[in-house]
Amino acid sequence: MKIHICLTGIKTIILDCNNISQYSVFLINSALMNRRDIMSAVNPDQYSYPSVFIYGHRATGKSHVVLSIMKDLELPHASVDCVECVSSGLLFHQVLSAFFGPDAAALLPRCPSLSDFVRLYKQMSSNSPATQTRYIILDRAERMRDMDFSLLPALLRLQELVNDNVTVILLSEIVWEKFRPNTGCFEPLLFHFPDYSKGKSLVQILSWDHHPSYTPELYASYINILLGVFFSVCRDLRELRHLAVLNFSKFCEPLEKGEAKESDIHKLWKNIEPHLQRAMQTVYLREVSSVQWEQQQMDEKEATTLRVLSAHAHIELPYYSKFLLIAAYLASFNPARTDRRFFLKSHGKIRKTNFLKKHEKTSNHLLGPKPFPLDRLMAIFYSVVDSRVAPTASVFSQISSLVTLQLLSQVGHDDQLDSPKYKCSVSLDFILAISRCVCVCVRLLDLLALSLVIQSQVVRQERSLFTAVSNLHLL
Amino acid sequence: MGNCSNEHRGTSFSASAASLSNPLICSSINTFFFLDKYIFSQKSCDGKNIGTYSTASLLALSIIDLCETFYCHLGVNVPDHAMTFRSLCNLLQDSVTPFVVSVHAKECAGVYFCISTLTIRIIGLLQKSTQVFPQRTESLTNSDFPQSLPVVVIFKDFEAFNSQVLQDFILICSRYTQELPFIFIFGIATSPSAIQHRLPHSVSSLLCIEVFHSLSCTQHLASVFDKLILNSQFPFKLSSRVIQVLVGIFLYHDFSVQNFVKGLQFSMLEHFKSQPLSMLCCQKQEALLSAKTLSKKNVERIRHLPSFMRYVETQEPQEQVRLLTNDEHVKEVCQKLLKNLHKYHKNYYPILQCLHSLTSSLPKFPLGKHIRELHVSCIEKNLWETEEYDSALQLLRILAKDELVAALRKCAEILKSTKILQNVLQQLEDFIGRLEALEEDSSGNGIISGKMEYQKTDLFQLQKTLLEKESRRTKRMNPFEVLRSQVIEFIDSLVREYLTPAELQPLNEVCYYSSSGVLRQRLNVTPRTSIQAALSHPFYYLQNESLKTDAGTISSAAPDLCIVYKLHLECGRLINLYDWLEAFLTVMSAAEDQDTNSEDARFIQAVSEMEFLGFIKSTKQKTDHVARLTWGGC
Repeated sequence: MKIHICLTGIKTIILDCNNISQYSVFLINSALMNRRDIMSAVNPDQYSYPSVFIYGHRATGKSHVVLSIMKDLELPHASVDCVECVSSGLLFHQVLSAFFGPDAAALLPRCPSLSDFVRLYKQMSSNSPATQTRYIILDRAERMRDMDFSLLPALLRLQELVNDNVTVILLSEIVWEKFRPNTGCFEPLLFHFPDYSKGKSLVQILSWDHHPSYTPELYASYINILLGVFFSVCRDLRELRHLAVLNFSKFCEPLEKGEAKESDIHKLWKNIEPHLQRAMQTVYLREVSSVQWEQQQMDEKEATTLRVLSAHAHIELPYYSKFLLIAAYLASFNPARTDRRFFLKSHGKIRKTNFLKKHEKTSNHLLGPKPFPLDRLMAIFYSVVDSRVAPTASVFSQISSLVTLQLLSQVGHDDQLDSPKYKCSVSLDFILAISRCVCVCVRLLDLLALSLVIQSQVVRQERSLFTAVSNLHLL
Repeated sequence: MGNCSNEHRGTSFSASAASLSNPLICSSINTFFFLDKYIFSQKSCDGKNIGTYSTASLLALSIIDLCETFYCHLGVNVPDHAMTFRSLCNLLQDSVTPFVVSVHAKECAGVYFCISTLTIRIIGLLQKSTQVFPQRTESLTNSDFPQSLPVVVIFKDFEAFNSQVLQDFILICSRYTQELPFIFIFGIATSPSAIQHRLPHSVSSLLCIEVFHSLSCTQHLASVFDKLILNSQFPFKLSSRVIQVLVGIFLYHDFSVQNFVKGLQFSMLEHFKSQPLSMLCCQKQEALLSAKTLSKKNVERIRHLPSFMRYVETQEPQEQVRLLTNDEHVKEVCQKLLKNLHKYHKNYYPILQCLHSLTSSLPKFPLGKHIRELHVSCIEKNLWETEEYDSALQLLRILAKDELVAALRKCAEILKSTKILQNVLQQLEDFIGRLEALEEDSSGNGIISGKMEYQKTDLFQLQKTLLEKESRRTKRMNPFEVLRSQVIEFIDSLVREYLTPAELQPLNEVCYYSSSGVLRQRLNVTPRTSIQAALSHPFYYLQNESLKTDAGTISSAAPDLCIVYKLHLECGRLINLYDWLEAFLTVMSAAEDQDTNSEDARFIQAVSEMEFLGFIKSTKQKTDHVARLTWGGC
């Protein structure tokens, strides 16, 4: 197979295309600077390499480059997103209908196998033989691994199977090594799309959509500031562009008011920096929508109220549910041996030195929650709640509603009816917040404190014990 | 007669029961009114929105922020969610788009099921062009689907969804969002941060999320209270104990307003069923009419009412005789008393609201934060005899003038809206006027008292002067303080006049349902306790004389299951089946004419019933042993 490098040719074609903006040309250009090899695979007239594997992080332009090449060169292609293909039948259906029309796809049997697909493809391609290479583009190809194990090796050498000029292009975010099946398979051509570097490509790409009423230099400096804040958490080009568009008006505010000049970069930076920090906490995490964010920018006063609304509001739980959750936490993170000591009023005297076994001295928070049976939960619950609680149906139904809220999780599958086991899946902070609003009684705080003390290995250091306990009392 | 009127009550009861469910729907609709408005505004600018994005993202890299998503943050009161979502769904269907689909986590075990339920429902909504049965969303978009209208998908229980399914679903929808706008509504019961736990950033960045909080359930409860319980229009009343039971179930167990309303309905049913005199519990005119035509039996029942007996005792001896002998006279008195009761209710609620508005802003809420707490303490006992009331009045006595005026204004507003107690309103406005007239004087006073001579003093002298000042203050109050104490006394007199406990009103049993024990037994059930009671005291349920036994003994006449249960109580964690059988046979041998062959079989049957009830289970730890699962009596 001869590899044609027709890079320049394709470049001119793209540049000639009027419907694609300068921006995309730039991006493709920059993509091709590093990735000109990809063109070697795209050679429409001759039999091309059977399969190509392209990988790189999100938003590095994999699908875009491939799809725009297909579009601009008007190549016959079938683009399939593997997320949609819950069964391989859907994949075959899409490919056939893209190449040969929906009538061909309708010929597929109800639950098509790979051989059905190959047979139909052969039949169809003999009717309408390929003048150009046909391309099958499989986006999010990592999902293919969950499908039928023979599908991926077969697709990699589909050209041989159907005896047609067809190339399969796999797009994925993970490396090829994770795909290779045990039995071995045809090795595709590998292309890597590396991440955009911060200094060069990201700034260049982002400053491409600068505002017409401001100079490109100003926008570039804005992008630099933006990247300074966001680059540590987010390298996704799409997300960064979205954030850049959102916050630019705020950046320009001092300019419009006449408080600063375009050269006053430092002043502008001081103005926008806290704002961007706030954006990172809210918009970036999608706690407020961009529309709300824009409204907030209009009116700073409203911003505070909205932010309060969207802040992690504490969970409203019925009174006994809170106690059940606290009891579950204690049961999950305290060794069962210590229950007698903490929850019984007249426990026997336990010698301090040998009280805890060696393995129990490691922090339970490092080990994670342990499962506990329902009986133990209820026993701790009764001793934690001050008043006498009847074992009513609603107390037990609260446990199951805690499970549906995923605050508790049920473990183990055997014997779900007679002795179910649970795990507490909330954090210490959450429990402390709950116990703060529930308990006026010091006893419960003491219990929590004791369990904390044991968990944080400070049994012997009296000073830190006292601080831990007094901290809890302060709460 | 009694029967007939009871039937009559039955019909009007069902009418009021229907109206019972209204406030919840109303309030939930109110909650979502904002949401609705928002969607409207979004709809109007939707096209624009997409336009700006497509120009902004020249490359069409992908669409950010196009799947609009709303998080409805609801409380944990799961039974209420269904109703809330139903009303939201109807609201959206009426006003925004016909394509509103709600899905449960149960229906979405996989992406395939999720999409197929969605499509099937949308096709059901379309009800046309079903020649080609679309299997996927894509083919649906290709069909003649009205383009401009968004599809609203409501995920009722977001927490219960498999996160992988949700992610895939969102990814797929985001691919088609340009042809078919999607709006997701997630119902979240915990906190909005659940989104970060469930969805990775790569998926959540495809969404444009707005958070809406529904009213907290206590606010819902307050509105239900306002509409149903603190309302003189509604003749049926609850006693303080019953309110405490219902509110207790709400606060301690489920946070469900719907269950609260159901409890209310149940107590209403109980009341009309158990109290024959409840025929008098209706609107004033009707009640008076039925009081005129009371049957002899019912007159006798009235005479036996504790509150009526108390009333009789306060009368003159001559009157007492007439009340006890003359039926016609009882009927007349009864009408008078009913009138009084209605008048009491009419006056009670406005004054209660006034008192609440006065005391709800006090520090530490001596009379309770919510009006329901005040109501409970008012109808339970004489409010003015409680310590809390005293401390509240103490706090009121040290209110500053502007605070006092504002509080009195609020009271005047409440009284104005009810249009009764006009004389009280007049007096209040008079007080307000006088307080405002004081303004100039008091400011003058302040300036004069501000001019003090300062000189060097030792500690003793300072103490002395301070004491003097204190005594002077107690002796001579400024006009504002005089007026303030007058106001407080006026309020106190109002409370003593109008907020008398309901239980002291004659004939209160007619309207007030008070058997809290029954209610607790019915609504807050303890299945395990009743099973254990049935097994250890079979007489309690079977009412068979031969089953009456002393505590601690096992009668052979009891059902096999009871005998086996009692024997197993004496065992430890593991029970030897053979020993158990022996003990069982010993008990059975006390009874004579028994067929020994069948006893083994009866034992085995009883043991398997025990296993079915969840008291024991088979174990592999030891052969011929079963493990015990329950401990202690309840």
